[in-house]
Amino acid sequence: MKLRWGFIDVLVILYALIPVLWIVSLSFKDPSTITDGSLLPTKWTLSNYAGIFRNDDFLRGLVNSIGIGLISTFVAMVFGTMAAYAIARLAFPGKRLLIGFSLLIAMFPQISLVTPLFQIERSLGLFDTWPGLILPYITFALPLTIYTLSAFFKEIPAELERAAKMDGATPFQAFWKVIVPLAVPGMVTTAILAFIFCWNDFLFAISLTSTSAARTAPATISFFTGSSQFEDPTGSIAAAAVVITIPIVIFVLFFQRRIVAGLTAGAVKG
Amino acid sequence: MTAERDLGERRLALWLCAPATLIMIAVTGWPILYSFLLSLRRADLRFPADQEWIGLANYATVLGNPYWWTAFGVTALVTVVSVAIELVLGMLVALVTFRTIVGRGVVRTVVLVPYGIVTVAAAYGWKYAWTPGTGWLAGLLPAGSAPLTEQAPAIAIIILAEVWKTTPFMALLLMTGLALVPEELLRAASMDGANRWQRFTKIVLPLMKPAILVALLFRTLDAFRIFDNIYVLTNGAQHTSSVSIIAYHNLIGGLNLGIGSTMSVLILISVAVIAFVFIRVFGAAAPG
Repeated sequence: MKLRWGFIDVLVILYALIPVLWIVSLSFKDPSTITDGSLLPTKWTLSNYAGIFRNDDFLRGLVNSIGIGLISTFVAMVFGTMAAYAIARLAFPGKRLLIGFSLLIAMFPQISLVTPLFQIERSLGLFDTWPGLILPYITFALPLTIYTLSAFFKEIPAELERAAKMDGATPFQAFWKVIVPLAVPGMVTTAILAFIFCWNDFLFAISLTSTSAARTAPATISFFTGSSQFEDPTGSIAAAAVVITIPIVIFVLFFQRRIVAGLTAGAVKG
Repeated sequence: MTAERDLGERRLALWLCAPATLIMIAVTGWPILYSFLLSLRRADLRFPADQEWIGLANYATVLGNPYWWTAFGVTALVTVVSVAIELVLGMLVALVTFRTIVGRGVVRTVVLVPYGIVTVAAAYGWKYAWTPGTGWLAGLLPAGSAPLTEQAPAIAIIILAEVWKTTPFMALLLMTGLALVPEELLRAASMDGANRWQRFTKIVLPLMKPAILVALLFRTLDAFRIFDNIYVLTNGAQHTSSVSIIAYHNLIGGLNLGIGSTMSVLILISVAVIAFVFIRVFGAAAPG
């Protein structure tokens, strides 16, 4: 019995890891062996990594990705926390409308926004700038933060705020001094999910940028051509793919329990 | 006293919700309206002087175009096949991670890896894996085959990339449903002589129906907007475009705002129809 479960476990682990192993292996292959088609490198090298870190465009892309991702996550978290608290705790007209509207955006086909945003951002001077990407990222991260956080807020007993208000706290004080400190784990989870969404985006990143001024790392990779015209970019692309992926994978593994809780928080009550 | 407090509460709620709501409306509401207006115009950035209202002519152009219908068919095919495979695989992974008696923590953690990987990075992995000469998977095929340069194998690889990446998410959603199935019920059924398969189909599946429907709804709408994988794997060559890819090429390559907006509106309508069917016909409860 144990042996059978062990075997099934190994199958699941191989399913998840072999494609990752392949891209990592490709990134360590010496240029002379990159087309040998073997799963593991026969001749190891770090030159692919050295190459991409000498590439200004890629470094610039990383800076853009980190900056744009952090700012979008921060703003979405602040506004999302406020709205989620209202949804979880307060009675107000239009609550269902707001929930419905956020759900609508969560399911919205991004491509339908790309065409009009492309034109609008060009006329507002936002095209190919950080705010030009931050705005759509906040918009699409908001439903995620609102759903996940309101699920977390609902788990915190309402008696706590009631007690605080009895003691003379205003609703805002009750929220800021009582609820927020308790909600920190949920907020960390939500922030990670929102950041992963921004980091992962490709469609907005290639449509609303035209230079390395705001182009994020995933979009930069798709423009790699190799350091000279005689060189195939395979090794560099593989190395860059590993660089942008590994931090997120480590993040996900490290916060595994919380991420599972966050990803499912909005959906369980279905 | 209570009326005053109600009013205060309402005012606070309004202030708390205002920033999020305003941003969401500003970034989606106006562009959608604008895109609808553009779809009624001849608006080609290559010929800026030649713009006028042309009613539904753009819709006639798109809907009469075989490329659009091919892309629509490819999108529908990729969506249906990958979501179906994901449901089965995701259920298996959920059952394994839920029931396994050895190394549960490791499996639960490792299975999240595909979720954490940037789609574009994973897509390049699949692309090179199937590139003749370079790839370890291409090496397993008969010599001379280049799967990404033919329509059917390319679509199969697109589905593979999509399934691999999103199965963990499906498995997670299904696992929350699994956790809601009472252990005693299963034990009682097993006492009454129900075998494993009967317990699964007669008890687990019906109890999980809400979780399954929510997972299917999320994944179907998500798969329908597939872009990253196709962009990297084939960029729409050999009739493998999805509707998102073809709309993107019309905008960035073709600079035709009128046609691009028309496609945007049509994609939006398709997504709305899918959501409507799920919620009304299958009774998937909206989360929240």
